[in-house]
Amino acid sequence: MSITVDIEGKTFMRTLPVTAITDCVARLCIEACHQLPEDVVQGFHDAAATEVSPLGKSVLMKLIDNDRIARDNGVSYCHDTGLTIVYVEVGQDVHLTGGDYQQAVHAGVRKGYAEGYMRKSVVGDPLLRVNTNDNTPAVIHTEIVPGSEVHITVLPKGGGSENWSTMKFLLPGEGVEGVKKFVLDAIVAAGGSACPPLTVGVGLGGSFDKVTDIAKKAILRDIGQHHPDAHIAKLETELLEAINKTGIGPQGYGGSSTALWVAVETYACHITALPVAVNIQCHASRRKSAVI
Amino acid sequence: MTTHHLRTPLSDDVIKTLHVGDEVVLSGTIYMARDAAHKRLVDLLNAGKPLPVDLRGETVFYGGPGPTKPGHAIGVVAPTSAYRMDPYATVLFDHGVKAAIGKGDRGDAIRASCLANCAVSFSAIGGISATLFSCITDATVVAYEDLKTEAIQKLEIRDFPLLVTNDAHGRDLYEEEVTKYRKLLSRGEVAS
Repeated sequence: MSITVDIEGKTFMRTLPVTAITDCVARLCIEACHQLPEDVVQGFHDAAATEVSPLGKSVLMKLIDNDRIARDNGVSYCHDTGLTIVYVEVGQDVHLTGGDYQQAVHAGVRKGYAEGYMRKSVVGDPLLRVNTNDNTPAVIHTEIVPGSEVHITVLPKGGGSENWSTMKFLLPGEGVEGVKKFVLDAIVAAGGSACPPLTVGVGLGGSFDKVTDIAKKAILRDIGQHHPDAHIAKLETELLEAINKTGIGPQGYGGSSTALWVAVETYACHITALPVAVNIQCHASRRKSAVI
Repeated sequence: MTTHHLRTPLSDDVIKTLHVGDEVVLSGTIYMARDAAHKRLVDLLNAGKPLPVDLRGETVFYGGPGPTKPGHAIGVVAPTSAYRMDPYATVLFDHGVKAAIGKGDRGDAIRASCLANCAVSFSAIGGISATLFSCITDATVVAYEDLKTEAIQKLEIRDFPLLVTNDAHGRDLYEEEVTKYRKLLSRGEVAS
C-alpha cells in the first residue's frame, strides 16, 4: 500500500493490492455473523423494557442471551448466514492491483465462510439448485467516490426475512397513505415467519432497480437514526407505531415489539410513478464495516 | 404457563396433555429434515415406496445446520420457517409422524392435520442457533447425504426449549395471540 505522486506532481494515486480487499471482506464476514451490532442488542433491551406480552419479553431476553452465547463460543448468532451482500466504495484516487477486483471480493467471502464455520446457503443456478459450497458468488455493489480510501460493508442477508420483501409501483395520487398501507400489508403477510423483531427498510422513488437498492441500504442504518428530512422522519415514526400495533410481536407469538426500527430512503422518480419497496430484516440484523 | 419436561417418542396420551402456549423442554431422539428431504420423502410415500428412515411415531425438526466447529456435536442450528413444509407435513402426519419443530405461523391444513392425527407442531425461537446447538449432544447423517446441510440427521437432544403452537385440539397459538394483541393495542388498552 503506497501513495505515489503522478508525473505532473498534481494528483495522488494510492496503490492497493486486491488481497487487502480479500482479507478485509473475510474478516467482516466472520465478525458480522458471530456478533450482532451494539445498536441491535440495545434495541432488544429497549424493546424488552416496553413489550406488553410476557411471552414476547421472554423471546427478547433469549435473543440477548443468544448473542452472548455466540460471542462466547466464537460461532454464528444464526445458522442462516445468508447470501452475502457486499458494498464497496472505492476512492477515485485508489489503483487496485494484483488481480481481479470482483474475484478478490468473492475470495474474501469464500475465506470468511470457511474460517468462521458459517453455513453455505447459495445455489449456483436458481432452477438447477446445486450448492456452490463456498457461499459465493456474493452480490457486490461498487461505487466510485472521492478520496483515496476503500470503504467496505458486509451484510449477510438471511433467507427467511428476505423472502417476504416486496415492491410495487403505486399511483402518485396514492401518496403517503398508499405507502403506509403497502408497508403494513407486507409486514402482516410476513407475520412470525420473518423472525421479528424486524428492522424494516423502505425505498421510495427511483426506478424499478433503484427502489429496491435503497430499501436494502436503509436496513444498514443504525437503529434510532432517522432520515434527515423531517417529513420522511415523521413517516418512519408513524410506520413504526403502526407496525407495532399489528400484534405480531417477537417471533409472531403476539405482542408490541414487531419492529425495532423503520428506515426510509428516497430518490427522485418519474412523474408517472410512486415506486415503493420493503426490505425485511430479521432480528439477526448483521452488518459490519471497515475502511482500508 | 405450564412447562412439560418430556422425552421422545411422544405418545398420543402425552400429546393430548399439550396445549398452545405450553412450554416443552424436550430430550431424546429427533430427526432433522427440511425442504429438499421433505420433497424426497413425500415423493416416496406418494409412490407407495418405503422411507429410508422409519419416521412413524417420531419428531421432525425443520433445520439445516452450519458446519461443525471442532469440539462440538454439530454446527449452529435453529428451525427454518415451518410454512414451507406444510404441503409435505400433512402427508407425514398422516403417515404417523407425531410432532414437528419449526418457526413461524402455519396454514389451516396443519391445524386440521394435528387435530385429525393427534399430532403437535412446536416452535423454537428462530435464529437462536448459538443457543439451540448447545442442546444437541450427538448428530448422525442417516439419509440423503448428498443434500449436505439438508441431509436427514438423527439428533440426540437434551433440554431443547420449545413452545406448543399447534396442538392436537385444533388450536393455533399464532392466530390467537396476534389477534388478542392487535385488538388490545388498537384499542389502546395496553401501552407499548
